[in-house]
Amino acid sequence: MTTATTIQPDYNYKVVRQFTLTTIFWGIVGMTVGVLIAAQLVWPVLNFDTPWLTYSRLRPLHTNAVIFAFGTSALMATSFYVVQRTCQTRLFGGSLASVVFWGWQLVILSAAISLPLGYTTSKEYAELEWPIDLLITAVWVVYAVVFFGTLAIRKTSHIYVANWFFGAFILTVAVLHIVNSLAIPVSMSSMKSYSVYSGAVDAMVQWWYGHNAVGFLLTAGFLGMMYYFVPKQAERPVYSYRLSIIHFWALIAVYIWAGPHHLHYTALPDWAQSLGMVMSLILFAPSWGGMINGIMTLSGAWHKLRTDPILRFLVVSLSFYGMSTFEGPMMAIKTVNALSHYTDWTVGHVHSGALGWVAMVSIGAIYHLVPRLFNQKGMYSVAMINLHFWLATIGTVLYIVAMWISGVMQGLMWRAVNDDGTLTYTFVESLEKSYPFYTIRFIGGLVFLSGMFVMAYNTYKTVVAKEGSIKPQELG
Amino acid sequence: MDYATFNGLYTLFLIIIFVALILWAYSKKHKKSFEKIANSIFDEPQDSTTYASNDSKHTGAKK
Repeated sequence: MTTATTIQPDYNYKVVRQFTLTTIFWGIVGMTVGVLIAAQLVWPVLNFDTPWLTYSRLRPLHTNAVIFAFGTSALMATSFYVVQRTCQTRLFGGSLASVVFWGWQLVILSAAISLPLGYTTSKEYAELEWPIDLLITAVWVVYAVVFFGTLAIRKTSHIYVANWFFGAFILTVAVLHIVNSLAIPVSMSSMKSYSVYSGAVDAMVQWWYGHNAVGFLLTAGFLGMMYYFVPKQAERPVYSYRLSIIHFWALIAVYIWAGPHHLHYTALPDWAQSLGMVMSLILFAPSWGGMINGIMTLSGAWHKLRTDPILRFLVVSLSFYGMSTFEGPMMAIKTVNALSHYTDWTVGHVHSGALGWVAMVSIGAIYHLVPRLFNQKGMYSVAMINLHFWLATIGTVLYIVAMWISGVMQGLMWRAVNDDGTLTYTFVESLEKSYPFYTIRFIGGLVFLSGMFVMAYNTYKTVVAKEGSIKPQELG
Repeated sequence: MDYATFNGLYTLFLIIIFVALILWAYSKKHKKSFEKIANSIFDEPQDSTTYASNDSKHTGAKK
């Protein structure tokens, strides 16, 4: 066991390495844009009077970069890794995996250029215009062929639960993307297109897409990650495999109906709003079932949290997942939504999921992956992982607490009325009151981003180190 | 059959399927095979960090 073993030569780790490193790179890019626009909300002068740097253009750039460049790269890296290891076979389709990698980078670059130029469909999280949408579809089909092809040629008799979640994510995102992006271009030489839907139907299709992007990309995909990397890092099997089966079917059956909660008190028919609210409340059960299944995997091994910061990342990500999947159903209740909607509370909720759950589970998975992909016994510095853990946790907490306070305050100020029925406060008065919290949010984001740089440095030192030269370490 | 009746029956059908799924997953018959699947992710002889993980295996509680 003392000789440096080469990683199983028949696995395609090249594409996993590529996606792992680009995850870190795009994470830094996307979060930097996020920090910049957070700063613009405090100091508006930071748009430098340049159209390309205005908040309205950079905000979709931020969301697209963190969801589709950072998050989806992490999902592609981990799904390609997990499907090979659990099926004990090389990725299907040979060089098709490279097509997925370079195709996806092309999608990201097109987004990074077209969004600042002002090209947008104005559909949230689906802003990219029709030529890029077609490219996404093509790359996604190749991704699905590689993933499901690998499942088809597996050497094992079963399909491990993580792959079910990855599979549901790939399949559903394909359907969501195609249906929501159906549009007619103004002309073949124009970037501009119009959606085939109109009015309330357009809104409903958009939020059916929008919420299921959360449900299947930002949840199901990352749960696939959780079901492999938490047991691997804790070195014990998942708490209950049976629960994971119930978890999977319950989650995917319910999530698809929750979209209307984004359209409370709008032109959407009342029954659809109520249905969305009830389904969102039911969603609490499978969400927590999965969270408990992940956290309880550590039962009997809690002491590992003292010495293993990678496990800390994974477990704290599950705690944030539990928190935001409790908060979500609460915010979907119409009366609560009347207070929370359109305020910073929503932004805080999203980031407790995005920073606390999605980013932290990905970071944990990447710290698990990097040594294995580059033939090392561990990361260059475990102390640096620990530093990153605290930067990420403190940054997230600063961010979401600031947004909670600001959001509830906005909600209360906007709804306050005088005896004669006129509004007590103007919008600008509420904005003024939000300023201190925007500053705290900016600091929280900056702290989180600084952790990403620590990660990049640690990864760089691990990658360039002589193979097998890094010894396993534990926190003292 | 009108739309409402169809919807009701369809919902009932889905509930039955879901209950059947729970009974299937939690039946004694499948307990062993599910445990085997859960442990299958550790069937990897050539892991560059196995050496490290073997070291700390003793500290964990019984699997």
